[in-house]
Amino acid sequence: MSAPLLHVKDLQIGATIYPTDGPPKQIEIVKSVSFTLQKGKVLGLIGESGAGKSTIGLSAMAYGRGGVEITGGQVLLDGQDLLQKSPRGLRSVRGAQVTYVAQSAAASFNPARKIMDQVTEAAILQGKFTPAEARARAVRLFEKLGLPDPQNIGNRYPHQVSGGQLQRCMTALALCPEPDLVIFDEPTTALDVTTQIDVLVAIKAAIADTGVAALYITHDLAVVAQVSDDIMVLRMGEMVEYGPTDQIINNPQQDYTRALVSVRSIAHDEKPPSDDPILRMENITARYKGTQFDVLHDVSVDIAPGQTLAVVGESGSGKSTLARVLTGLLPARGGQITFDGETLSPDLAGRSRENLRELQMIYQMADVAMNPRQTVETIIGRPLEFYFGLRGRAKRDRVVELLDQIEMGSGFLDRYPAELSGGQKQRVCIARALAAKPKLIICDEVTSALDPLVADGILKLLLDLQARENVAYMFITHDLATVRAIADSIAVMYQGRLIRYGGKTQVLSPPFDDYTDLLLSSVPEMRLGWLEDVIANRRMESAGN
Amino acid sequence: MRMPLSARIGLFFTAVYFGAAIFAPWIAPYGMAEIVGDVWEPISADHLLGTDSIGRDLLTRMIYGGRTTIFIATMATIISFVTGSVLGFLAATLGGWADQALSRFVDLIMSIPTLIFALVLLSVMPVDVPVLILVMGLLDATRVYRLSRAVAVDINVMDYVEAARLRGEGRAWVIFREILPNALSPLVAEMGLRFIFMVLFVSTLSFLGLGVQPPEADWGGIVKENKDGIIYGIPAALVPAFAIATLAISVNLVADWVLNRTTSLKGGRG
Repeated sequence: MSAPLLHVKDLQIGATIYPTDGPPKQIEIVKSVSFTLQKGKVLGLIGESGAGKSTIGLSAMAYGRGGVEITGGQVLLDGQDLLQKSPRGLRSVRGAQVTYVAQSAAASFNPARKIMDQVTEAAILQGKFTPAEARARAVRLFEKLGLPDPQNIGNRYPHQVSGGQLQRCMTALALCPEPDLVIFDEPTTALDVTTQIDVLVAIKAAIADTGVAALYITHDLAVVAQVSDDIMVLRMGEMVEYGPTDQIINNPQQDYTRALVSVRSIAHDEKPPSDDPILRMENITARYKGTQFDVLHDVSVDIAPGQTLAVVGESGSGKSTLARVLTGLLPARGGQITFDGETLSPDLAGRSRENLRELQMIYQMADVAMNPRQTVETIIGRPLEFYFGLRGRAKRDRVVELLDQIEMGSGFLDRYPAELSGGQKQRVCIARALAAKPKLIICDEVTSALDPLVADGILKLLLDLQARENVAYMFITHDLATVRAIADSIAVMYQGRLIRYGGKTQVLSPPFDDYTDLLLSSVPEMRLGWLEDVIANRRMESAGN
Repeated sequence: MRMPLSARIGLFFTAVYFGAAIFAPWIAPYGMAEIVGDVWEPISADHLLGTDSIGRDLLTRMIYGGRTTIFIATMATIISFVTGSVLGFLAATLGGWADQALSRFVDLIMSIPTLIFALVLLSVMPVDVPVLILVMGLLDATRVYRLSRAVAVDINVMDYVEAARLRGEGRAWVIFREILPNALSPLVAEMGLRFIFMVLFVSTLSFLGLGVQPPEADWGGIVKENKDGIIYGIPAALVPAFAIATLAISVNLVADWVLNRTTSLKGGRG
């Protein structure tokens, strides 16, 4: 075997933190990680947030983000130690030999410049190509990545193409200077599943065609299994397991890896439908103020007491709007909401305190759903005080009881949200909703900002609480694995319309309509060759038509 | 957290100025309007800063002047912050029509240069300390209004404010418990700055003869009384200027420190 393209030896990365009580401290972010990458191969770096995967990925460019410092080890690219290079030397490597694809293309492109200028910039600046050559190469890459109208798409501005297309433009940007190594940092995480699959196919084909080596960073093992040759599992800055993709997926050696592979193993049997729903939304139509088109068309759903309705769809399908209509933040234009036997006022101001209490909401981003200047006790205690008039000792006791229910305990009473982990924050939000003793909780993408293992814990907690408190959930999500885990009935939405609705088993069994089929088949499966199978299937179907 | 050196220095000088203002009758060596020597006597053991244009002790005048200046500036700052931020938060949470009406009215007031507006108002009204404070405070409230509205509009769309609305909370809770604690950092920073503008504003008015009326002392007035001395090389007019500058710096050092503390307070917004 020839010498590897990238050889990382004993990499150590640290940072200085400044705690409010005490002197600045050095902490280790990455502890002695080593790996090698051959030309034309793909290494997947996988782990939860805070595992150090992005930090390691960026170290392949000898770059430390925001105060992070590479404190030891070697990063050998083509035999040269990048850590020994001068800033000028590094500049000739970055954007030429090594390039980077960021998670959010929308945030990484300069909105004021045309895509073509940005795609070709590095290649021209580094002297790899003349402007004409670079543009020709960019057009070829656009074509290879399956972008529409490759000749002209470069003349558009970033906001004029869709999110999935922009992510592919970013891949073209990274591949344009003919680099030896590309770092993909969660390139599909921000995309819908149906878009993700196109981008994955494009990235995979582009890697194969150009023979470039790649580091693929993600938290989604099922995705990385489709594109990488080797996988390294990281946890808290340490390597957990490192091996060929086949072995990691099919024969993991470490407990942590096994947990990652088998995540979302919650089994939940569908409960029988009930004739007496707690919530009935009939023929709901809604539009946003100042616009001329409806974002919801004639949507009708029911939720039985103590059951879960999952509302599924991609971004823009109207699923969050449905929640806003239900909460009264966006009064419906037409249709009727019946909640617990009485007709609910379409608009928030017209609802009684009792209505408000019985209908609670949990948000996607727990960080911004809690006031950063209030302690956990205030956050959970306020609904108790507001709805039930509890004060002092009684309130405190009830808050502790709720903290026990969410498996956290009284030690958290005086903490501020910033002192909690992502999973704990979401648990506190759940406790705040529960404090009101609601009959229905709207869960708006509550697990999509969380790592898989943490999300799993939250889902288990929600199911436990449902069994104990007999609360119903309207669960809004784009993640079909979550739906399988917790739903009793499912509503599939597309472009503001309800296109499939019924019990879980009924919705998830064939025959499917086209959209549900596309949605279901786009969810990555934790097995090798899944991506190829899906694409082959789709080709066959379109050939058959 | 240990207090940084800059904050200690700032706090020390701020304390000295405020202390001198509060305890003026006990620490001033002479009476406020008492003529104790010759015109513009140089610095001596009897008169630590010399005497002024009509033979009053300059140190005494400075101490009493600081008392008036600091008192007026503090009260005007409080008025401007209370009215400005309450109206700003109200506009942000009400939105729509009420917000438009308030904001355009404030724009209208701000389109008139503050100094000229103040001069016009003070020339038709009796010039005494309460009127002065009220005019300065209300004119300055327009600036505070704009800042607090801008900050509150951002906070108002956060999920936790929406959560409070969905709970059925009233406007007072939303403003004082959800928005205010999160808007405090920029407001405190602004308050340091605004206080100093107030000191300068009242000094300017007094210098122009529409502020504090003689024989009451204030720093702007002392500059006015002693400005002719500059031609003869008498530094008496520079003493209040120096006091204003040091007060400005030290108050802002303290404000910076408070700002740092409140922003680091459990990861609140900056």
